[in-house]
Amino acid sequence: MSECLVDIPADAINPVEPYLRSERIPHIWCPGCGIGTTVNCFARALDESKLDLNKVAIVSGIGCTGRVAGYAALDSFHTTHGRAIPFATGLKLANPELQVVVYSGDGDLFAIGGNHFIHAARRNMDLKVICVNNLTYAMTGGQTGPATPDHVISTTSPYGVFEPAFNLVQLAEAAGAAYVARWTTFHVKQLARSMEEVMKKRGFCFIEIISPCPTLYQRRNKMGDGLDTMKFYKQVSKIRNGAPTSECGLTKSGEIVVGKFVDRDRPGYFEMLNAQMTETLGDRYVIPEASSCGDC
Amino acid sequence: MHADPRGVLTGVHFLDGDHACCEGTLAAGARFAAGYPITPSTEVVERFAWRIPTVGGVFIQMEDELAASITMQGAVWGGAKAFTVTSGPGFSLMMEHIGYAAVTETPCVFVNVQRGGPSTGLPTLPAQADMMQAKWGSHGDYGIIALCPNSPQECFDLTITGFNLAEEFRVPVMLMLDECVGHMTEKVVIPEPDQIEITPRRYTKKTPEEFRLFEPREDKVPDMVKAGDGYHFHVTGLTHDERGYPSMTVDTQDKMVNRLQDKLKPFTNGRAIFEAADLEDAEVVVVSYGITSRVAQRAIEMARAKGIKVGKFRLITAWPFPEQHIRDIAAKVKALVVPELNLGQMVREVERSAGGAAKVIGVPHAGGTVHNPEVILKAIEEAVR
Amino acid sequence: MAKGFVAITVERCKGCGFCVEFCPTKVLTLSSAFNSKGYHPPQVVAADKCSGCDLCGMYCPDFAIFGARNAR
Repeated sequence: MSECLVDIPADAINPVEPYLRSERIPHIWCPGCGIGTTVNCFARALDESKLDLNKVAIVSGIGCTGRVAGYAALDSFHTTHGRAIPFATGLKLANPELQVVVYSGDGDLFAIGGNHFIHAARRNMDLKVICVNNLTYAMTGGQTGPATPDHVISTTSPYGVFEPAFNLVQLAEAAGAAYVARWTTFHVKQLARSMEEVMKKRGFCFIEIISPCPTLYQRRNKMGDGLDTMKFYKQVSKIRNGAPTSECGLTKSGEIVVGKFVDRDRPGYFEMLNAQMTETLGDRYVIPEASSCGDC
Repeated sequence: MHADPRGVLTGVHFLDGDHACCEGTLAAGARFAAGYPITPSTEVVERFAWRIPTVGGVFIQMEDELAASITMQGAVWGGAKAFTVTSGPGFSLMMEHIGYAAVTETPCVFVNVQRGGPSTGLPTLPAQADMMQAKWGSHGDYGIIALCPNSPQECFDLTITGFNLAEEFRVPVMLMLDECVGHMTEKVVIPEPDQIEITPRRYTKKTPEEFRLFEPREDKVPDMVKAGDGYHFHVTGLTHDERGYPSMTVDTQDKMVNRLQDKLKPFTNGRAIFEAADLEDAEVVVVSYGITSRVAQRAIEMARAKGIKVGKFRLITAWPFPEQHIRDIAAKVKALVVPELNLGQMVREVERSAGGAAKVIGVPHAGGTVHNPEVILKAIEEAVR
Repeated sequence: MAKGFVAITVERCKGCGFCVEFCPTKVLTLSSAFNSKGYHPPQVVAADKCSGCDLCGMYCPDFAIFGARNAR
């Protein structure tokens, strides 16, 4: 060894550590993958939000981002492909005092799970949906996804993508989300702030995070490694808070509009449920409480 | 533990099987249902949607059956007793989540009011052709329990039994109704709450430090937890170790998959639920379940009137299959006659269990209506010859 | 004395270089040495410049580095 590598001082603690299942680290993500970066932001947002961590649950689907639940030291659920949102819906409805975070990828949330996303947004279900958008199906080897931009090469689009991609933030707004933001993994401070903000916001909240997949997306498209991608984000991102989401579509190498686009108040699912039932049933309505069938 | 009185509609009612099933869920303590409309099962959740706001709980109509069958499981891990209801194509869509419930050991109930298939098939007409699907429909090896009521009263009673078994063994329980039983209206007696036994969820008494999510007790079933109680547990559909962490090794797979089946062994024969009559002198036994058992009853009576020594064995638990009971009967009789509304499903289990000791004669029917009892009678007559 | 310090868990590092690139005061460089998995972890080359801002910690996808302010 030509140089001496020093380990951390015994009394110093990484701020992300209390939020991780440390015995499961190192994680499975590739060098230069951005998912871990988003987890740092999430940990710091939890820290700042001062939430009771016993009352925070995290639900993931399948895929690289689907593994976040397994690393988070919270009540955590790694569900089936595409079904994180409906699972989270049941969890929230059975125990309304939980803060339920859905943490999953673009393919999981918008292709196989797309229908659930729009319906949960329509209901304004009180879920915080964090989507790490690496623009590809990474776990399975780099196939075209619902958010893969035009002209990109993937294993299932070897001659280039020609299907139009979803503009996720526009979709979220149109479906009824109360809060919509987009950042890249370069924007760690802003991302952590957005995550903290949604912890305090009621209703369906959506944060899209554009994130590198150097192994399967950037490499195949000659866009360099993870670090090159971060520099690219820095170069092409433009913060435009409040920008019309219809103008925020992504292209392979063009501008990435980031910022908070939507922050509005709509009645949440429980408010609507309780209002309707009270109007119709009056005193006969029994407001659902957190269930515990061990002592019911 | 007795039933929570808030959910129990004590009295004598005139209900169809679907509605009786709904009353069963409420009496069993279910306070959450997620569903998606599909004939002929929708009445179960229609009634639940009508009843639950004054009992205290949630019904949510989801965007499809995939959602309904996993929303239910989210609710279970949130602390509720929960179920979903479907039929035919909807049951096919739920298959992945039967596997998820099995591997995550999520106690929950799937109600399947069977209709004719395949595909859209016969939406308003009966069949019993989902029996193998209930057992084998999701990929991989796992265990489930399936119960087959043959009357609205049993739709009520067995729904409660189903919820109780789900809690005891931490498996998904299938209530395998059929269109006839679901839509037939009969007297249903709902007892007083203190006459209804309820199995409470067995939450762990261990501290979060000691607790391991899938560490089995002696009965091979692990204790339950729910989100929000400070355990910071992890649930995954991946092959997992006793901590609940993914562990994709041959050893972990072997241990996990075997336990998922083995934990049901005490239930398989010793506690199988069935109805038997006239087995003592029988030369032929009719093995049936669900609506077909009521048609078979007519055929049995006709045969007895002709002096044929015929007995009856009605499967109430279809899965795990009570193979020892069938084996014992097969050792004493000439033949087993198995009518069912499909082209031959449970008959294969009967054949397998009989192991050649007795002739096994299937009486298949493609569904859409029930058998003509004469057809079953004819099979009985041929069997004794 | 520097305002802050960085701490590195060498064995978690996968050598992506995010921390080196985005450190506002250029405290770090990638080492030429390997960890046991064969990656080049960062090393501190300008300890006196560290503000303890923890931007390295926020960027690090492998939870292998963080910054903290020194006690006054």
